[in-house]
Amino acid sequence: MNPWLVAPILIPALLAPLMLLFLRHRLVISRTLSVGACLAMLAVGCGLMAQAASGQIDVYAMGDWMAPFGIVLVLDRLSALMLVTTAVLALPVMAYAIASGLDRKGWHFHPLFQFQLLGLNGAFLTGDLFNLFVFFEVLLIASYGLMLHGGGAARLKAGVQYVVVNLVGSTLFLVAVGLLYGATGTLNMAHMGERVAQAPAGDHALILAGGLLMVAVFGLKAALVPLHFWLPRTYASTSAPTAALFAIMTKVGAYCILRFTTTVFGEGAGELAWAPGPWLLPAALATLLLGFIGVLGARRLRKMAAYAVVGSMGTLLCALAMFTPESTAAALYYLPHSTLSAAALFLLADMIAARRGDYGDTLAPSPPFAQAGVLSGLFFLTAIAVVGLPPLSGFPGKLLILDAVRGTTGGWWVWGFILGTTVISLLAFARAGSAIFWKSVVTEGEVKASAPVAPQASAAIVAALLAALAALTIAGGPVTGYLNATAAQIYDVQAYPDAVLDESRAAR
Amino acid sequence: MSIEFLVASAVGVLSAAGIYLVLRARTFPVVLGLAFMSYAINVFLFSSGRLVVNEPPIYGQDVAAYSDPLPQALVLTAIVIAFGMTALVVVLALRTFLEAGTDQVDGLGETPAELETLAETSASEAQVRSDVEARP
Repeated sequence: MNPWLVAPILIPALLAPLMLLFLRHRLVISRTLSVGACLAMLAVGCGLMAQAASGQIDVYAMGDWMAPFGIVLVLDRLSALMLVTTAVLALPVMAYAIASGLDRKGWHFHPLFQFQLLGLNGAFLTGDLFNLFVFFEVLLIASYGLMLHGGGAARLKAGVQYVVVNLVGSTLFLVAVGLLYGATGTLNMAHMGERVAQAPAGDHALILAGGLLMVAVFGLKAALVPLHFWLPRTYASTSAPTAALFAIMTKVGAYCILRFTTTVFGEGAGELAWAPGPWLLPAALATLLLGFIGVLGARRLRKMAAYAVVGSMGTLLCALAMFTPESTAAALYYLPHSTLSAAALFLLADMIAARRGDYGDTLAPSPPFAQAGVLSGLFFLTAIAVVGLPPLSGFPGKLLILDAVRGTTGGWWVWGFILGTTVISLLAFARAGSAIFWKSVVTEGEVKASAPVAPQASAAIVAALLAALAALTIAGGPVTGYLNATAAQIYDVQAYPDAVLDESRAAR
Repeated sequence: MSIEFLVASAVGVLSAAGIYLVLRARTFPVVLGLAFMSYAINVFLFSSGRLVVNEPPIYGQDVAAYSDPLPQALVLTAIVIAFGMTALVVVLALRTFLEAGTDQVDGLGETPAELETLAETSASEAQVRSDVEARP
C-alpha cells in the first residue's frame, strides 16, 4: 500500500472546503494556495508516474478493506498518465484565469476549480464502478459551477441544457451499474471482469446490455456522435479558462471507455470480449467527420475550437475502438496532445476576442488590433497543432494512429476519414486565420476595445502550452516507449486483477 | 400479483413518465421528469440485489438467507445526489427564467422577450457585417 495514491484526491479535497469556508474574500491567499495546489498535484503526479513506470500496479485499499469488499484506488501507467495530463493542463489554465481576472467575477472560482480537479483525479484512480459514479458527480457538480461562473443570459441558457443532459446521463449510469451489479454481484472492476468471464450464457444478454449502456454514458461525456449535441454550445458559451479545463473532461469519457472495456470486457471475457468495439468505431468515424465539418462551418473562433474538441475526440476514439495494443498506445499519445492543443485554442480565442472589441471572435475582418503580430504567430502554431501538421505533436499523433490501424478491420476507413478531415480542418483554419489576421479593414483610428488585462502574461501562458506540445514531440521516443508499456500493461489480462484482488485471494 | 411484477411495473411506469416529461423541453416538466427518473432508478437499483422479503441484511450465526445490503447503500447515495441535483436545477431554471426570459431547455425560446433579444443580436451582427462590407 502506497499512501501517496490518495494525495491527488486529498490535496484538492482539503483545500477546496478550506477556501470555501475561510478564504472566500481573500483573493491573494486563494490564488497562492490554488496555484500551490496545482504545483503540488503536478509534483505528486510526476512522482507517481515515475513509480508506475516500473510496471508495478499500486493498490490503496480505503480503510484497509480488501479489494472486492472495500473501495480501492489503483495506480497503473494509464492512471499516472491521466493524472499528469490533468496537472499539466490545470496549471496554465489556473494561471490564465488569474491573469485574465476571471476569478474576480465571483467568489467561488478557486474552490470549484479544486473540486473539479478532485473529481478528475478520483475518476482516474478509482477501481470501483460505483465510486467512479461518485467521482463523476463530483466533477460534474463542480463543472456546473465553473461553467456558469461569470454569469450572463447566454451562459445560463447553455448551462441549463448542459446540466439536464448530464443529469440524464447520470441516471443512465446508475441503470448500467444496477444491471451489471445484478448480473455479476460486484462493483469492483477487476472482480467484475472475473465474474463476466465465468458468467453463464443466460446472463450474457444482461451483462452486454449493462456494458453497452455504460459505454454509451461514457460516450456522452466523450461527445461521441450522436451524443455530442451538448458540447459545442456549452464550450462556446462558457468562459475561456473553463472551456480549456473542460478539454480534459471529454478525455475522462475516453479513459473510462478504455479502462472499463479492457478490465470487464477484456480478452478473458469469452464471447463477450471487446463487445463495445464494433459499436464504437462507426460512431467514432461519424464524430470525426461531423466535428471537423463543424469546424469548417463555425462562424466564431470559440465555436470552431468547440467543434475541434469533438473532431479530436473522434480521432482518439477511432484508435481506441480498435482495441489493439498498438492503436491504444497511439491514441494515448494523441490524448495529451489534443487536450493541450484544444486548451491553447480556447485561450487564444479569448485573447483575440478581448482585443477586437465589438468584432469579438467572429471570423470577420476587423480594424488592426493590439498585439496582432504576437497573436497571429500563436494562432499559426496552435492551428498547426490542432490540424495535426508537422512539426508539432498532432502530426506524430495522427501518424502513429494511421500506422497502428493498418491491417485491422475498418483500418482503411480510419485512414480515409482522418486524412480527409485533416484537409477539411486545414481549410477551416487557413480561412479563419486569413479572415482575422490577414484581411484588415481600414478605418479611422483603432478598434474600440477596453485595454486587455495582462497581455504579456496571457500570451506567455498560451506559448507555454504550445511549448508543452513541442516537448511532447521532441520527447516522442521516450514518451512512446512509456505508452507502449502502458498499452502492454492494459492488455495484460492478468496484471490488473492480480494486483487488485491479490490480498483477498491470499486470505481465501 | 407477485412482488416482482409490482416492482417491475413501478420502474417501467416511473421511467416512462420521466422520459416523457424530460422530452417536454420546458424547465418545470423537465425537473419533474428528472425526479421521476431518479425514483425509477432508486427502485431499480434496490431490486438489483434481488427481491427478498423479511431477511436480515447483516451477518448472524444462525441466519441462512440474507437480503443484499449493498444496493441499499447505493440507493442512499443516489437519493442524496439526486436530491442535491434537483435543488440545483430548480435554482438554475429560476435564475435562467429571470435573466433570459425563457424556460426552454432546447435552445431557441418562444417568449416575446426571447424573440426580442434574438432579433437584437441578429440585427447587430448584420450591422457589423454591413459595416465590414461597406469599407474598401
